[in-house]
Amino acid sequence: MEYVVTTRELTRRFGNFTAVDRLNLSIAPGEIYGFLGPNGSGKSTTIRMLCGILEPSAGSGQVLGYDLASEAEKIKPHIGYMSQKFSLYDDLTVYENLDFYAGVYSIPYRERRHRIGEMIELASLSGREKDLVAHLSVGWKQRLALGCSIVAKPSILFLDEPTSGISPTSRKMFFTIIQRLANEGTTVMVTTHFMDEAERCSNIAFISEGRLIANDTPDQLRNQVLSGVLVEVEVAEPMQWLAKLENLPYVKECSLHGSLLHVLLEHENKMADLRVYTNSEVNPITPSLEDVFITLAKRDRG
Amino acid sequence: MIFTETLTKKFSSITAVAGVSLQVQQGDIFGLVGPDGAGKTTLIRMLCGLITPDSGSITMVDNAASGESSASFGYMPQKFSLYGDLTVMENINFFGAMYGLNGTIINQRADEILQITNLFRFKQRFADNLSGGMKQKLALTCALLARPRLLVLDEPTFGVDPESRKEFWKILYQLNQEGMTILVSTPYMDEAELCKRVGFMNNGRLVVVDSPKNMKSRYPYRILEIKCASRQPEIFQGLPEILESNFYGDKYRLVVQEAKIAEAAVVEFLQGRDIPLYRLKETKPTMEDVFVALAEKEVVEWSMSSQPVN
Amino acid sequence: MSRILAVLYKEFLQMKRDKLTIGLIFMLPLVQLLLFGYAIQTEVKHIPTVVFDQSLSPESREITRAFTASGYFDVVAATGNYQQVTQLIDRGTVKVGIIFPPDYAKQVRSGDTAAIQVLVDATDSMVSNSAIATANSIGLLKSQQVLAEKVGQFKAPYDIRVRPWYNPDGITAYYMVPAILGIIVTMTMVMMTSMGIVRERERGTLEQLMVTPIKSYELMIGKIIPYIALGYLQITVALLVGAIVFDVPIRGSLLELYLLTLFFITASLGIGVLISNIAKNQMQAMQMSFFILLPSILLSGFMFPREAMPVFIKALSNIIPLTFYLTIIRGIVLKGIGFAYLVPQVTALLVFTVILMGISIMRFKKKIA
Repeated sequence: MEYVVTTRELTRRFGNFTAVDRLNLSIAPGEIYGFLGPNGSGKSTTIRMLCGILEPSAGSGQVLGYDLASEAEKIKPHIGYMSQKFSLYDDLTVYENLDFYAGVYSIPYRERRHRIGEMIELASLSGREKDLVAHLSVGWKQRLALGCSIVAKPSILFLDEPTSGISPTSRKMFFTIIQRLANEGTTVMVTTHFMDEAERCSNIAFISEGRLIANDTPDQLRNQVLSGVLVEVEVAEPMQWLAKLENLPYVKECSLHGSLLHVLLEHENKMADLRVYTNSEVNPITPSLEDVFITLAKRDRG
Repeated sequence: MIFTETLTKKFSSITAVAGVSLQVQQGDIFGLVGPDGAGKTTLIRMLCGLITPDSGSITMVDNAASGESSASFGYMPQKFSLYGDLTVMENINFFGAMYGLNGTIINQRADEILQITNLFRFKQRFADNLSGGMKQKLALTCALLARPRLLVLDEPTFGVDPESRKEFWKILYQLNQEGMTILVSTPYMDEAELCKRVGFMNNGRLVVVDSPKNMKSRYPYRILEIKCASRQPEIFQGLPEILESNFYGDKYRLVVQEAKIAEAAVVEFLQGRDIPLYRLKETKPTMEDVFVALAEKEVVEWSMSSQPVN
Repeated sequence: MSRILAVLYKEFLQMKRDKLTIGLIFMLPLVQLLLFGYAIQTEVKHIPTVVFDQSLSPESREITRAFTASGYFDVVAATGNYQQVTQLIDRGTVKVGIIFPPDYAKQVRSGDTAAIQVLVDATDSMVSNSAIATANSIGLLKSQQVLAEKVGQFKAPYDIRVRPWYNPDGITAYYMVPAILGIIVTMTMVMMTSMGIVRERERGTLEQLMVTPIKSYELMIGKIIPYIALGYLQITVALLVGAIVFDVPIRGSLLELYLLTLFFITASLGIGVLISNIAKNQMQAMQMSFFILLPSILLSGFMFPREAMPVFIKALSNIIPLTFYLTIIRGIVLKGIGFAYLVPQVTALLVFTVILMGISIMRFKKKIA
């Protein structure tokens, strides 16, 4: 398969601090590529390098066949980018923001109105075209930012925590748009701290301290990262139980998922013990990506 | 601990908070949730005295406190509000001094709180060089310096990774165990599950207040989980009884009105297209489902049947 | 081209909505001109003066009259002792004390050199210079008269007549208004441009622009052109105020003035853009702008004549664009000279523009770090 993004030993240092450490990635066309990792693990730095606005300290990378270091400007017409920081013009209206980016991407005048209409439709912004961005709520702003970054119909879209701080309904709406774009052939690389969003990705890379520590499909990650048996325990006061269970000898890990406890047992035969100990139902479950995330983050640190 | 009566705040033509009557009991972990721009931050700022309400009243009662009213509540705002160019300890000393604490007490309490927040090792690090989760924990540390009886937090885990979020909530729970009352707003529904009571705000009004458990048991719809050979995100859209459909990589999650009819419709639909069905089962609603239902639909009937807002 | 237009249109919309800034842009020349035009008087008249006349003679009274008649001295007090003279000067009630010795009249009559003591409070050099110069010339004039009378000759040996050109009445406003115009343009160009670009960096919109295909120079041009237009607007306002309120005559060609101003605007923009390249936030941009602004005001010849500056400082003033523009604008407005006389100044501004813009465009990379 021809990859649209490839990096080889991509590295970025800031002073003595290595933000990205010999990263090897390959992203296939049309994928929703989830880029996960703890805060400060180098996700944004990597994305900025891939967008050609930050020079690698070592290693190399190609986006759409263009070299990151020497051909950054050739990449730019073909990519869309949404940074973590909200980056629209507050003092322009929804339409004016879209129009500005349409101009910056040199979309011919006769096509502009049509294209902007498409974006407004796609990002569910209808009815607010003449509103100043300053008056929009966060969820709307993020959808507009997305609209602006895809106004030139890029073949790759880089999204850096696009759904941070927006409500569950807005998040759902946002990801539905991303899935639609991916279905139409756009490659999407997205970072997120929401594991239900990670579930929607077709491929996931997990980085920690700048290094790639896992890269697979969500299914594979769920089935392979955890060693042991994961069970779900429903107890009345999960927080209190958490501390107790963590200290049991046969419990490898214990974490809270909403009101449920996820407990990683050494072996299936310990389920009965746990059932007796907690006096509650104990059911084996397929690990969620959240379990995977926490296990990976802990393992890498430990 | 906190009582408000018909609290209202307007910003020019927009009513940010409209007649909110809220009660937070001593020892509560009260979660405030709602869509973007529902008025959560405005409400919290009014409770902290940062915004003057247009009308209504706020009463803060502290049964255990001995009259140090100003020291009895700590506030952690939405934005990181510490000095990035000061070290962890320098920030703590500064905020301690703001509360009028002397050096010995600051050091003593800082050590204590930093142990809880796991920042002890990072005392000499510049706040700018902390990770997102650690920054939030430092902000929490500073809010805790005056030993408040009530802690008010506005989206404390904004942009924080899942593991750090869990750690943060463990700390909140520990504080609550020690007797602290907590009022927290959050966009994360798994965090809402952890609250003892949750208030759902929309358009400036407090729509429902209840325990997560009761909220979920009053959820008016059913949830179906489907695994099949399709990867088209919107394949089930428009089938009878299906209100909403979301695709998560390998499975679909449907919100349906009538489970039996919907199940039949799904099976028939898939058979008609020769798409193999691997699994179809009903699952329990989560707070996320509750949120979506409350936010998107005007479920008048549902909120009426719910326990009246006390 | 479409990209430059997009940036232009966006800047136009943003300016249009920023009512405060637009207001300031028009108010700045207006207020500054009115303030400076009326307040700044390099020539000091009506200096409060005390007279301690121990001679009490027609001769001493005549000299006192000569002092008041000059218009530079207002005798506000007469006193009978020396101590009070010093007290009044110490207190600041008067700036000048004129003291006639008891035997003043006798000395004049006998043909001896008669000494008049003039005490000047020199804390304000502007006032003291004016007082000293006038006192000296009155002394000289009077001596000549006395001499002439003595010799019985009625013609003075020399008759030097100075004819002040261009500003015969020495009206300060004529001299100041064009200069203020230069200051205003410097302020707007340097501060507004640098802040405008740095603001985009702070808000994160610059990062967004960096990932688009826009070229550095396209962004620069798009951001700069609106400020050029603003600069011209301000100059027009300032010239109108100058002409209407202060009756400043514009002797040279207005067209030439506008054309040559372009070079000054671009040079000033060059400084603004360079600052925006270096500054990390608006605060820093502001501070750097002031760092440029103060020397411009002090060294360019706006406040103090460059002729009087030490060689080193005078050389330093040559790296300030305003120095050259002041010569241009005063030349065109007051002297009515044209481009032919101003080639060196225009060349200097052109060199500034090319160097500053060149550095800026080379430095501005579409990179974050």
